[in-house]
Amino acid sequence: MKRPLLNVGMALAALLVCFPLLWMIAVSLMANGEASHSPAPLLPADPSLAHYRALLGSGGLARAFGNSLMLAIAATAISTLLNTLAGYAFAKLHWRGRDAIFSGLIGALVIPGQVAMLPLFLMLKEMGLVNSYLGVLIPSFAGIFGIFLVRQYARSVPSELIEAARMDGAGEWRIFFAVVLPLLKPVIVTLAVFAFLGSWNDFMWPLIVLTDGQLYTLPVALASLSREHVQDSELMMAGAVITVLPVLLLFLVLQRHYMQGLTMGGVKQ
Amino acid sequence: MSGRIGTRIAPRFSPRFGPRLGRQELAAWSFALPALSVIGLFFMLPVATGLALSLTDFDLYALASLKNLRFVGIDNYITVLQRPLFWKALGNTLYFVAVGVPLSVGLSLLFAVALQSKLVRFKPVLRTALFSPVVATLVAVAVIWRYLLHTRYGLINEGLVALGFSPVDWLGDPHWSMPAIILFAAWKNFGGNMIIFIAALQAIPEDLYEAARLDGAKTWAQFRHITLPGLAPTLLMVSILTIAGYFQLFAEPYVMTQGGPLESTKSVLYLMFEDGFKWWNLGQASALAFVLFAIIVAFSRGLLWLTRRLGVEA
Repeated sequence: MKRPLLNVGMALAALLVCFPLLWMIAVSLMANGEASHSPAPLLPADPSLAHYRALLGSGGLARAFGNSLMLAIAATAISTLLNTLAGYAFAKLHWRGRDAIFSGLIGALVIPGQVAMLPLFLMLKEMGLVNSYLGVLIPSFAGIFGIFLVRQYARSVPSELIEAARMDGAGEWRIFFAVVLPLLKPVIVTLAVFAFLGSWNDFMWPLIVLTDGQLYTLPVALASLSREHVQDSELMMAGAVITVLPVLLLFLVLQRHYMQGLTMGGVKQ
Repeated sequence: MSGRIGTRIAPRFSPRFGPRLGRQELAAWSFALPALSVIGLFFMLPVATGLALSLTDFDLYALASLKNLRFVGIDNYITVLQRPLFWKALGNTLYFVAVGVPLSVGLSLLFAVALQSKLVRFKPVLRTALFSPVVATLVAVAVIWRYLLHTRYGLINEGLVALGFSPVDWLGDPHWSMPAIILFAAWKNFGGNMIIFIAALQAIPEDLYEAARLDGAKTWAQFRHITLPGLAPTLLMVSILTIAGYFQLFAEPYVMTQGGPLESTKSVLYLMFEDGFKWWNLGQASALAFVLFAIIVAFSRGLLWLTRRLGVEA
């Protein structure tokens, strides 16, 4: 009695939650104005990729896609490297000031990023980095949460392994790359997925830093496009698909690592 | 890099300034320094500068030449607190937090418990489906929801009409704009906390349930006396993080309503964005940012204090 009811309920709930995303794909394939009927059609009568062609051609989203991809890859590579190095140093190396600096970092986790935005903007303006790729990238070069995640994970690396490598005469950098890095692979993948999705989905900072449409990332370009094309729901849905699909696919492939990161962060008390 | 001198075992208990620590310490600093300088230069320093900035009248004229900059003490804070629009924005933000957080955390808890049930099948698929809105780009899904909420052609209204209700002008009616954004935010965010709850549920020992069943405890009694106490620390942490996150409402109204209608979805952060980057009143916007920060800290501390008073160990 209870079992089928619960299963049907869960299946319906999951379908309802996914519905906006499925509907987005369906409408993006419809002809102009097709979705603005009552009752609204759920599937396109005559599926076409016309909106995608329009957006990626003259609509300028191809350029925004390239910007987003390049920025996300750069942010992922740099932040993963810097956070991993620092997280390892906090977990396994002995240096003066380590614990004081670490508790300072943890304390700073409560500061919302927006508090830093206005002065950071002025700093970047002085440095001539407003409206540049580098200006968008700079705040994502390293992050407290990433360092924390690596530190938690790296503490499980056996110290004997590191000490044995020291006995064999390996320098600290060689130990890191040859001995530690392979053991940190799971947390590095998690960190990289977080960094990529964070950069790809970020909205407020690129919106502030970028003024030139040529440099817009996908979310900024999509938001500005949607203000111009309020009525063109089919076109805007295609824009949403172009923005969302890459991260959804990435998530589907690497979801285990992403969810692991969430639960690792969840025990940070 | 791998000189002979650095080959000794790491002296774990060596004196604080022992010479043997030198080489490892140098390496440690070279590992940590790149990340620390990024955080110091591009986060800590701006935060400190922001505090200073909030005590000045930094505006468009100061942007042109720093000669026009004046120290004004706490004037900006007084101006903020005397501004009706600030109180309006704070009220909107509190509305979003007060309804949005319980709804969002409640959904997370509900689905986490349901996904833990032994009766449910296809769990991995369900979990992925329920989680997918979390990773979706906010701006893109906000665009989708704007059409779902459309007064005439939106599917949500078609559903309401089919059920016998009259259609709602979700994003155009100041009474409904915030509920619409809350609904959207709960849908977008509940999956993240759901995953955290699932992990916490798995940590509750199975024998507790076993013993309760032997004592004849029903499903609800088990939830009330085993699941909920077991989840209490996680629930507290999740609530604090969600409250802090929801106070930073910005992109949803920016894309869906532009803060309207009649400022009904203008959040504190939206106001800061407009003050700072539209009108270039950076001094006043900084003060606003710190007021928001203080409010977030006050609420997290308050919640911690309250749970301690109620005797929940976290």
